[in-house]
Amino acid sequence: MPGLEDLYREIILDHYRNPRNRGELETPPAVRAEGFNPLCGDEIVVYLALDDDGVVSDIRIGGTGCSISQSSASMMSAAAKGKTLDELRELTRAFKSMMSIHESTLDADGEPVEEPVEEPAAAVKLGDLEALRGVVKFPVRIKCATLAWNTLLEAADEA
Amino acid sequence: MADPGRLVNVEAIKADFPILGVESHGRPLVFLDSAASSQKPRQVVDAMDRYYATINANVHRGVYEIAEAATNAMEAGRVAVGRFIGAPKPATEVVFTKNATESLNLVARSWGAANLGPGDAVVLTQLEHHANIVPWFQLQAERGFEIRWIPLTPDARLDLGDLDRLLDGAKLLALTAMSNVTGTLTPVTELTEAAHAAGALVSLDACQYVPHLPTDVAALGVDFASFSAHKMLGPTGLGVLWGREELLDAMPPFLGGGGMILNVTLDGFTPADLPAKFEAGTPPIAEVIGLHAAVDYLDALGMEEVRRHEVELTAYALRTLTDRFGDLLTIHGPAEPAARGGVLSLALRDVHPHDLSQVLDQHAVCVRPGHHCAKPLMSVLGVGATARASFYVYNDASDVDALADALGEAADFFSF
Repeated sequence: MPGLEDLYREIILDHYRNPRNRGELETPPAVRAEGFNPLCGDEIVVYLALDDDGVVSDIRIGGTGCSISQSSASMMSAAAKGKTLDELRELTRAFKSMMSIHESTLDADGEPVEEPVEEPAAAVKLGDLEALRGVVKFPVRIKCATLAWNTLLEAADEA
Repeated sequence: MADPGRLVNVEAIKADFPILGVESHGRPLVFLDSAASSQKPRQVVDAMDRYYATINANVHRGVYEIAEAATNAMEAGRVAVGRFIGAPKPATEVVFTKNATESLNLVARSWGAANLGPGDAVVLTQLEHHANIVPWFQLQAERGFEIRWIPLTPDARLDLGDLDRLLDGAKLLALTAMSNVTGTLTPVTELTEAAHAAGALVSLDACQYVPHLPTDVAALGVDFASFSAHKMLGPTGLGVLWGREELLDAMPPFLGGGGMILNVTLDGFTPADLPAKFEAGTPPIAEVIGLHAAVDYLDALGMEEVRRHEVELTAYALRTLTDRFGDLLTIHGPAEPAARGGVLSLALRDVHPHDLSQVLDQHAVCVRPGHHCAKPLMSVLGVGATARASFYVYNDASDVDALADALGEAADFFSF
């Protein structure tokens, strides 16, 4: 039986108590996306600003929610700066893979093909985000952890 | 079974509920989420099993013996449910749906669509569950009437200061009898009199009320009342709409299909009489039989006793939690136990409801985090979510103590 220390690592609680990159950005030129957790009670707003080279120059997080959703958003914001949109999407895939969420595609017959379970490629460093690995043992909370990332993807699509 | 009429022996009642013997995380289950859905006594489950094993058949249209038995069993269930809520005409005024949400939608789609238009007003309260809000927004987009709101006092009771103005020209008051978030009991009879005086009907969301207090729809004076079987020891998949016969008679059908017609030709159809007019398709027969058994179980306990037990337990909970946690814990809703039901929305300072519920889960204490399908109420309370504990007939002081201990663990875990 997983214990709470698997879920609530120190670094998670630190990001919850002292969330990074809180605030808003002027839109435009930044883009804004909003997300709600189906496990209701978490709301996230992501502001994303890109420079002329398509690199994230600034990111801000708004909204309220539980320690998992807020710390995930905070750690995400720290990891997102300086990345291109493609790198953001790759990072998101890697994070979701850690959450045991894999994209599936359809094969020629229209049957779903799951991508094989694999560790994130060495090029994609999750760093602090590794602390959220324990969320997998509490499946109901996976949506808390991925909320910010899904919202980030929406913002990335608009950018 | 427990000694009829005395709920003091909750241990005997717990023995009727097999699931309360199940362990969670190695501890006995402390189930405090009956406001979401109640547990079922073996009498209810057995009644449904017996139906399937002995008289299962489709109702109303069979001539063979068990079809007649199934029909009789279902109609006996209808009358039993009607009597349980004091319906003047149980055989025709009790309509079965799939849940209270569908019942509330039926009122909006059938009565509302036929009676509301531009210039009309529907009055809601800020306590309402989405099931008594969203259908009105949906209908408003089609029919163009005004929606007004009865606001709240700081302790989550209805603020009736502006009532006359709000009811002026209104055609319907849609009202909860008890909030599923704060446990607030609303003054239903008083509000119904005011609504009727203003020419408005009253559609009551009785989901939290019928399972927990003696209910007499005639005495309350309301025109419609909706509730669900699964919150009152009955199975899921079954709701009830009670409506005054002359109103239901005048309303067009809701869903169309078999069972709700007198005749169908190549040109059209004639709807059936009550209650069949509002029961399209095969009804949840086994579920009605299960609800009948639930009603019998509650009748044996006595609803006055059910209420008395809950008031006592709520008082104990408020006292215990306030003594132990003081300012650290907010308990939303009226402080007076008699003014509320046993629904406690909790906020432990600096601990989000998800995280709080997670710690409680480790101790097998079952509470529900979230907005409880009442987002307007959440915004009025100034929170995004609460952790909700709720009591029912199988809860006692030991459950409250377990809750208090687990809350203490959560406070320790998240303190700095």
